Amino acid sequence: MTMIKRGLAALAAGALSTALAMPAFAEPVKFDFWFGLSGDLARVVDTLCKNFNESQKDYEVVCTSQGNYDATLQNTIAAFRAGKQPAVVQVYDVGTATMMLSGAYKPADKLMEENGYKIDYADYFPGIARYYATSKGEMLSFPFNSSTALMYWNKDAFAKIGKTEAPKTWEDVGADLKAMKEAGYECPMAINISANESWQLMEQFSALHNQPIATKSNGYDGLDARLEVNKTKFVQYVTDLKKWYDAGLIKIKSKDLGQDMVQAFASGTCQVILTSVGDHGTVGKTQKEGMNWDVAELPVYAGTERKNSLVGGASLWVLSGKSDAEYKGAAAFLNFIHDPKTALFWSTNTGYIPVTKSGFDYMKSSGFYDKAPYKGREVAIASLTASEPTEITRGVRLGNFTQIRAEFGTQMQAIFANKVSVQEGLDTLVKNGDAILDRFQQTYPGKTLP
Amino acid sequence: MEKRVTFGKWTIGILFAVPQLLLIFTFFYWPAGQAVYWSLTLQQPWGGGNIWVGLDNFRSILSNADYWNSITASLIFAGISTGLAMFIALVLAALTDRQLAGSRLYRVVLIWPYGIAAPALAMAFRFILAPEAGFMAVVNRVWPGFWDPGLDGADAMASIIVAFSWKYVGYNFIFFLAAFQAIPRSLIEAAAMDGSGVIRRFRDIQFPLITPTIFFLLVINITESFQDSFGIVDIMTAGGPANATNLMVYKIYSDGFKGLDYSGAAAQSIILMLLIIVLTIFQFRFIERRVHYR
Repeated sequence: MTMIKRGLAALAAGALSTALAMPAFAEPVKFDFWFGLSGDLARVVDTLCKNFNESQKDYEVVCTSQGNYDATLQNTIAAFRAGKQPAVVQVYDVGTATMMLSGAYKPADKLMEENGYKIDYADYFPGIARYYATSKGEMLSFPFNSSTALMYWNKDAFAKIGKTEAPKTWEDVGADLKAMKEAGYECPMAINISANESWQLMEQFSALHNQPIATKSNGYDGLDARLEVNKTKFVQYVTDLKKWYDAGLIKIKSKDLGQDMVQAFASGTCQVILTSVGDHGTVGKTQKEGMNWDVAELPVYAGTERKNSLVGGASLWVLSGKSDAEYKGAAAFLNFIHDPKTALFWSTNTGYIPVTKSGFDYMKSSGFYDKAPYKGREVAIASLTASEPTEITRGVRLGNFTQIRAEFGTQMQAIFANKVSVQEGLDTLVKNGDAILDRFQQTYPGKTLP
Repeated sequence: MEKRVTFGKWTIGILFAVPQLLLIFTFFYWPAGQAVYWSLTLQQPWGGGNIWVGLDNFRSILSNADYWNSITASLIFAGISTGLAMFIALVLAALTDRQLAGSRLYRVVLIWPYGIAAPALAMAFRFILAPEAGFMAVVNRVWPGFWDPGLDGADAMASIIVAFSWKYVGYNFIFFLAAFQAIPRSLIEAAAMDGSGVIRRFRDIQFPLITPTIFFLLVINITESFQDSFGIVDIMTAGGPANATNLMVYKIYSDGFKGLDYSGAAAQSIILMLLIIVLTIFQFRFIERRVHYR
């Protein structure tokens, strides 16, 4: 009896104190943000969240790293199916088509409008915005961490062969690599051929050369798009890469083998790599003492009219099924991230690029790109804005694209191990990739991309 | 006066069994049933619409060359790694069982590997077997291009086999040693007095007496090589190069979780389950005949 009495008394006291406290301190509305970055980058996101929470007192964002992009999407889907989804989630570029058909989101532009925020969508770099927008141009998610691929080149090694500038065409690259080999460099260029490098080798290459990856404008015009990389300029590119690999001009570097591309470049072992501008900070921090290096836009084949490169990274999606109060908070958070000052903080600390013209101008005017460790990152903007996006270069919108990238890695490995010829490997990539697309289309019968 | 409380014969049985049955149902049969259901439908990852497709998922998997390649890779992996892990453990246990100085130390040292988590183990082996560092780098310097797990499928398969066997040597060793120690000393001593040597004693006395353990470990090792290899593959090779180490369990993971193809992955896990059941039945029917239970 006494136990129960005491319990009731405590409960009543508790209720009373909350009731009393309520009007005095209105608790901020809490909402969840799940993201896929880890390590150093996760700490920057945590600081960003702290800054948001301190900038106002109505909302509190709770930021949780899920480890990586794959896990973030998996956990969010599991949470969504259980009705416990976060309000905001970071989804990688290749998850965009899957998200668009999920029916599980609240369009970002609608959210902002409903909550009274005016966003100038023309301010976004078109190459970035169109990746995340519907075919009519409505922004479904907001770009967050954006990057593009660049060529990193060792100035010292190029000086040895009498070059002071980065090669602009693949023809020149071939000649320069050969010259470097003859000058005694063991590893003129490093590449890797796992699923991830589909981004710089297949996707970026195809965009720069205005070559399609798939029919139907790379999938923007329908779920019945099918791959066609086995009959574009990409075949020539893989043939050249393979030829250079066989001649010892290119070495394969991966984490599994002990040293990844970025480490191989930073340590001076390899002289050229193609990787994300997001690695700019890492190379700067880990480079061999006194090494001179720079970044340049990815080369194109001679005679090509260069187009814009593709955006990589991830965007922020607001999920459906949350309360109005949480949506208010989410909108305030997206607005905070959109701010040029946040862009400066974010780019300074990570290497990702600003996603809006105003953010870029603000950073330029604050002298960001003149300072030593950040110099060169503006090349990424030049590459992304090299042209007005075409039907093909606005992005890739294919279902289950993660699996297609895995298939890319598999076939490239088969090609480089001489198990199949370049054409056979790419034909298999298209055949297996089409089966994946076919399956995606069957899963969403009668649906079309927004 | 009757003081005992009596229940109906089977009501009490049920009463005691209910919590267990509930647990088993919730954690084993319900998810398994779910997997069967998923394998017969096309699941939209975010939920919403699921389309009944009957056996289409199985048809499309079984007509996929990559899937057959993954079955072959799994069988090769299971055969070689089980053979290695059991043979080495058996030899080590036989040696440790003899009264050598410091055999306690051996025991501890040999049991350790099993306690190491697969990811940590795989990380360690990734460094040990890296072609450009450590021992293999030396070998590569002598024979250039000898070891290349990044492009050579056979080398990659060898690396995961080495890592997996290394872990299970420890596990098998515990059981083999226990089995050896359970053999009455008097039997061995009598044989020794009759003049039989170490090899003869092993062949005619010890080996037949430990066949139940060998059989048990064979079943466990094969089953585990199908299921527990996941962590090692994920960290060491991620199924590559060119699918050479894309074992069935890893393919289920990458299709299901990375590729969000829940239905295809569910169908594959059912095929994997059937394969393990068939293998186990085969072992019980054909290999168990040679086992002598005491």
